[in-house]
Amino acid sequence: MNLAVLVKQVPETTDVRIDRKTNTLIREGVSSIVNPFDMYAVEQALRIRDEHGGRVTCISMGPPQAEAALRETLALGADEAILLSDKAFAGADTLATSYTLAKAILKLGEFDLVICGKQAIDGDTAQVGPGVAEHLDIPHVTYVSKVEEISNRHIRVRRMIEEGYDVILSSLPALITVVKEIGEPRMPSIKGTLRARKAQVITWTARDLEADELMLGLSGSPTQVARIFSPEIRPGGEIIEGNSACEKARNLITQLKASHTL
Amino acid sequence: MNYFLTEEQEIIKELSAKIADEKIAPRAAEFDESEEFPWNLIRILADSDLFAVWVPEEYGGLGGGVFEQCLVVEELSRACAGVAVSYAASALGGFPILMFGTEEQKQRFMPEIASGSKLAAFALTEPDAGSDAGNIRTTATRDGEHYVLNGTKQWITNGGEADVYVVIATMDPEKGHRGMTAFIVEKGTPGFDFGKKEKKMGIRSSSTTELIFKDCKVPVENLLDKEGKGFLVAMRTLDKTRPGVAAQAVGIAQGALDKAAEYASTRVQFGKRIGEFQAIEHMLADMATQIEAARSLVYNVAWMIDSGERHITKASAMAKLFASDIAMKVTCDAVQIFGGYGYMRDYPVEKMMRDAKITQIYEGTNQIQRSIIGGAVIKEALRRK
Repeated sequence: MNLAVLVKQVPETTDVRIDRKTNTLIREGVSSIVNPFDMYAVEQALRIRDEHGGRVTCISMGPPQAEAALRETLALGADEAILLSDKAFAGADTLATSYTLAKAILKLGEFDLVICGKQAIDGDTAQVGPGVAEHLDIPHVTYVSKVEEISNRHIRVRRMIEEGYDVILSSLPALITVVKEIGEPRMPSIKGTLRARKAQVITWTARDLEADELMLGLSGSPTQVARIFSPEIRPGGEIIEGNSACEKARNLITQLKASHTL
Repeated sequence: MNYFLTEEQEIIKELSAKIADEKIAPRAAEFDESEEFPWNLIRILADSDLFAVWVPEEYGGLGGGVFEQCLVVEELSRACAGVAVSYAASALGGFPILMFGTEEQKQRFMPEIASGSKLAAFALTEPDAGSDAGNIRTTATRDGEHYVLNGTKQWITNGGEADVYVVIATMDPEKGHRGMTAFIVEKGTPGFDFGKKEKKMGIRSSSTTELIFKDCKVPVENLLDKEGKGFLVAMRTLDKTRPGVAAQAVGIAQGALDKAAEYASTRVQFGKRIGEFQAIEHMLADMATQIEAARSLVYNVAWMIDSGERHITKASAMAKLFASDIAMKVTCDAVQIFGGYGYMRDYPVEKMMRDAKITQIYEGTNQIQRSIIGGAVIKEALRRK
């Protein structure tokens, strides 16, 4: 079973700083970690591999220092790590990012399952996973809390919904995004860490991907960030009390009249 | 301080610290309360290769030694000495096999000890044989292709949880030390059972039980070294593992200092952080200095042992003596700095104080360590005459 995991390096602190000119994150001087949700994705991939055999390839798009995040996944037991790094990728929105990642997955060759975290803790969009699936033209399931069964042709998963879960059977290849209920990520091992230090992280550039340059980076990004701001916190609503629907309606009318709204 | 660790030692230390902080510390109080053996934490240590650090590569290990084992024990002990001793006791049971076992015995037992899939334990103490180890009453008699063991061992760390036990018995009580013989006894051997699990003051998540032997037939291939060499096996083993207890003491003390320093820099009385009062500041200074001195001693002794030095008894005893005494003092001071909060079980330092006490007692009381060191000093003086 060939498994690809998409990993993002994110700033460790939730107290991120923004460059006011470009409206992008200032990454310099902020220590970085593997996006915590992606750690669940790596864990799920390793579990499937440990049970069914195969290979786990972790892919990340980012600046050269994102290699550290990939090494962390190698220490956990991933078989291979590929960094997509090129000036041409810079400034990518979720569409361009998912296009680039999809091209990398295609370059890998045959794959059965792509696993992503449900979202990154910096951008919080949750769009890249589904975007990659669309570019690859494969089915995807988001918010997966459990992989119930996987065979060569199908995967059966639980998708978290507000109350309870859906059970979804999908053909393979497919893409899933996972939530933390999937299970606690393992700790690295000493042997894995030593292996990861020595392992080569492969870097692919835009040319390696044979990608359409117009679809990469800023030029491939229809979304442009106009402004970043903290939204105003709205006061909570009020629940109108009453013993019956009629009484509640009467109380509402009374209040609306009292406030001269009616 | 910079101890010039190798890259691999840095990895061992960092990974141990990560597991201690992320996995052990959050559950230390819970295990202390429940006295439940922390199998899930032991599994994490095993999966992370920590049981392999001191085992040679030919037996599935990472090829380190006492020093690497000490690094792990120290880091784990910052978070919970009970978990740390469960880890360390497996080395206490494994080292004699590594040091005195035949090639066949090492191939049979060491890979599983290195992977952590089996825990080991070491059984010397009996109700009437503590410091006076030569007074053991568990007997072994040869019967064809077996040795038959009878008697009871007491306070055995990892008792009931370990699969491999190195047991010291006597083949002739009249002969004292020279009658003592070491055996490898596997859990599940007919006639080998476990007695009550002890309720302890500290290190409560660790398992401490009796081992009961009733006509327990141990195959002759499980004889460790030769008949009559058991006392030597025990003493050489303890020489090698005492730095582990010392590292445990350093770790407990460091954990207590970290908590005390954090508290002193946030707790406000008389309008000031209490760490700004000289009374507290000087306590913290002494604690930090004593810990660093102990750590330096422990690391040096561990290096010396790993370098192959033969005469390690005195140095090993010194490391254990000094580190455990300062652990007791530092943890007492940490409770004092926390004041009334320190005495409450909602805060972590009283547990550290309870845990520290055992390091002055087990693997030879500190009185025994002083006898060993004093005896060696006198012997050296006589030799110079």
